[in-house]
Amino acid sequence: MNAPLLSLAIWLPIGTALLVLAAGGDRRAPLQRWLALAGALAGFLVTLPLYAGFDAASAQMQFVELAPWIAQFNVNYHLGVDGISVLFVILNSFITVLVVIAGWSVIGTRVGQYYASFLMLSGVMNGVFSALDAVLFYVFFEATLIPMFIIIGVWGGPNRVYAAVKFFLYTLAGSLLMLVALLYLYGKSGNSFAVLDWHKLPLSLTAQQWLFFGFLLAFAVKVPMWPVHTWLPDAHVEAPTGGSVVLAAIMLKLGAYGFIRFSLPILPDASRELAWLMIGLSLIAVVYIGLVALVQTDLKKLIAYSSVAHMGFVTLGFFVFNAWGVEGALVQMISHGFVSAALFLCVGVLYDRMHTRIIADYGGVVNTMPRFASLMMLFAMANCGLPATSGFVGEFMVILGAMQANFWLAFAAATTLVFGAAYTLWMVKRVVFGAVANDHVAALKDLEPRELVVLGLLAAAVLAMGVYPLPLTEVMHASVDELLRHVAQPKL
Amino acid sequence: MLLLAGACALMIVDLLSKDERRRLSFWFAQAILALCFLATLYVIAESAGTRHVIFHGMFVSDLLSHVLKLFGYVAVSAALVYSRQYLLDRGLLRGEFLTLLLFALLGVMVMASANSFITLYLGLELLSLCLYALVALNRDAAASTEAAMKYFVLGALASGLLLYGMSMIYGATGSLLLPEVAARAGALAAGSESARTLLVFGLVFVVAGLAFKLGVVPFHMWIPDVYQGASTAVTLVIGTAPKIAAFAMALRLLVNGLPGLAVDWQQMLIVLAVLSMAIGNITAIAQSNLKRMLAYSTIAHMGFMLLGLLSGVVGGNDLNAVDAYGAAMFYTTVYVLMSLGAFGVLLLASRQGFECEQLEDMKGMNRRDPWVAFLMLLMMFSLAGVPPLAGFYAKFAVISAVVQAGQIWLAVAAVVFSLVGAFYYLRVVKLMYFDDPAADLAPAGGGGARVLLSVNGLALLAIGILPQGLMELCQVAIRSL
Repeated sequence: MNAPLLSLAIWLPIGTALLVLAAGGDRRAPLQRWLALAGALAGFLVTLPLYAGFDAASAQMQFVELAPWIAQFNVNYHLGVDGISVLFVILNSFITVLVVIAGWSVIGTRVGQYYASFLMLSGVMNGVFSALDAVLFYVFFEATLIPMFIIIGVWGGPNRVYAAVKFFLYTLAGSLLMLVALLYLYGKSGNSFAVLDWHKLPLSLTAQQWLFFGFLLAFAVKVPMWPVHTWLPDAHVEAPTGGSVVLAAIMLKLGAYGFIRFSLPILPDASRELAWLMIGLSLIAVVYIGLVALVQTDLKKLIAYSSVAHMGFVTLGFFVFNAWGVEGALVQMISHGFVSAALFLCVGVLYDRMHTRIIADYGGVVNTMPRFASLMMLFAMANCGLPATSGFVGEFMVILGAMQANFWLAFAAATTLVFGAAYTLWMVKRVVFGAVANDHVAALKDLEPRELVVLGLLAAAVLAMGVYPLPLTEVMHASVDELLRHVAQPKL
Repeated sequence: MLLLAGACALMIVDLLSKDERRRLSFWFAQAILALCFLATLYVIAESAGTRHVIFHGMFVSDLLSHVLKLFGYVAVSAALVYSRQYLLDRGLLRGEFLTLLLFALLGVMVMASANSFITLYLGLELLSLCLYALVALNRDAAASTEAAMKYFVLGALASGLLLYGMSMIYGATGSLLLPEVAARAGALAAGSESARTLLVFGLVFVVAGLAFKLGVVPFHMWIPDVYQGASTAVTLVIGTAPKIAAFAMALRLLVNGLPGLAVDWQQMLIVLAVLSMAIGNITAIAQSNLKRMLAYSTIAHMGFMLLGLLSGVVGGNDLNAVDAYGAAMFYTTVYVLMSLGAFGVLLLASRQGFECEQLEDMKGMNRRDPWVAFLMLLMMFSLAGVPPLAGFYAKFAVISAVVQAGQIWLAVAAVVFSLVGAFYYLRVVKLMYFDDPAADLAPAGGGGARVLLSVNGLALLAIGILPQGLMELCQVAIRSL
């Protein structure tokens, strides 16, 4: 039990990434693939004891590791997880395994660099979720940019450079202001970067509001919230399938996680004061972006906009300040991690065969790919929140939470069920059903075993979460209660 | 300390006779540097942190000067290794180059230890004259000659300004020694209005001269031309060791010499710093020549470094001083490392008859030579200040000092301009990784340079992961001030 599990979860993938790079050029591609798979699996396995050994009754940080790092600034290598972050560490490591398998035969050039980027990304993101020191958090948060930038830029589509640079600059713009906010807090707290100490730090309302905006920009870009979401569709469209999967499933969660770890507990008064703004932006994302998704002609763009809408639901859940809302939002985050990953993988499966993402080029896929069609249908249903899928649980809880706060709020949020169903099902109808549209569709081959494994695992996760979400909510319950208690107390 | 410098000079004279045997003189120069390095280490161990003043107080030997000197040796030695092949290919590796380089280094050393206006000025001129000559070294190239001319004219003007300012301050305080100037200027500034006016006038000229040497806006005009016009090996030299000297000069003049006028020079530095970051970063975007782009990036980085210098003293309270000056020093050191690496890559990629200096030339570097491309990637992300690379902690330390000084808006401005800066560094990465090679250029060779470049790049990463050691070194050095 004393093994430094969190450190392993961070450094095991990164170490493997270096090994993969060291293995040489494309001639060694098979070796690199197996190495990467081994690293990803090992990374996933070390996160399992995190769940098994987690004490769900406690809201304290667990598996804590603390070592001095930069003494001049009182910066520590301080890791730990509570009931909220532990889930994301596991989710991240799980998705990494799938991404490695999904890229197995699709990526033909610079294989080693491809896998190394993903493994590094995975380790660094585990770092973001488990860092308890603000500088450590910031370093990990920013370090995610480099591998993603390269993933989009090297293995992306035709307009990849534009998308990669836009992605990089948007996120960097947001997070640099956060750095100033962190340094201000460092001074205020008497030279400490310990996030948990900051939770107790008294701050005036004005200071809190300024800091809130400093953090807001960083996290809002990552989530992404309307109106700073425009980088996401570009990034998704251009990224290779694996990149889209990680982007949607994990990277977007970094922003939302930031709200939970920084904005809400450190700045509770400003959070309550500015909740109207956050709720307003979230509802715009849910309703307006939902409508935008309806008119997309590109499969990936449609799913990207659907991600923005779903993440709007998450931020909505956070800022209604009750247990239903926050827990619902967290469940929604995990669920969206599975569902969006699955949908992007589905698009990847189609794209690998047809080399087009335009909805109009498809039609009647069910006739040639029945297994694929049934899985895609399942994920589509989860995306629009059908009961018994994971999508339903989160959305239902958030709507309940919103209902407690205000009826009309809940009403507006619930429209997502209509829009979500509309754009998802309409897309599925046009792509999967109907008569076989053209010769290319007629020539399609059904899923390979490798693809079946990846999508099957995700399908199992989506269904399990939908039918029996208790193992999830149980773990996060104590931490969420603690968070809400904390937010309710003024700290002026 | 001076003994060392003298030894350095003596051996250079030796070198002159061995003009023909380049290989030998190269190693000889390296040996001198290594020897000086060891001797400085010995002096540090011997003096155990105490402060000695020699030559009637003209010359100070403290930990700060020792540490700066160590950085100087390393920078010049690395510069020599990087530029060796390049210079050999072009027939420029002559005795003059090595001699001038070592004399320039001597100038840096003198400046690092200067304790009076005269010594400082002497060191500065020694450095500058050597650099003018180095820029003009490639006599047949029109661009080099033009650059040397510009550099010389503007540099002479700056020296004049500096001298003029120094003379005014001398007139007001009646002393050339920095500690005495500090004591009297403080008293004078607090006293009569007219003495204060004279001092501030002198200060304006001193700061202007300083700004010229640092190359910060609006005194930056020479930097892009000189960087572009000089041969890359010389640009590498100009971009590294003199930055250490400029930092030393700013620290000695302003912090040691004129702390009483801190309020005044801080305001000037704020203007210089913000303008430099703005114009440096924005203009760099428009450049198609990589050397020129790096020149504008230097301007921006020096502006950033000034932020650290100006946030040391707040309202007469210097609690923040060690952190702030330490941050500036850390920034300078890291910048020198990054600059070394970036120009090192250019040198490595250049070959006989081919100058790697256009942005286009970086295209498809990842295909041609993945390892060098990766090292350049490290440099670029470090220059942009992305963690976990050393450049991030440099920015972090400086911004932290600025925030502690209560200048939140300045910190926000710094952050916004680093974002602008990130764009053009990213473009280099984009060219290397996302684009196809323009021409089929075989990977560059160069055994020693390659190894050192790897060490350089990985050092940035190592400092990025464990920045504590270097930061502590800088702070300890600053404490000896």
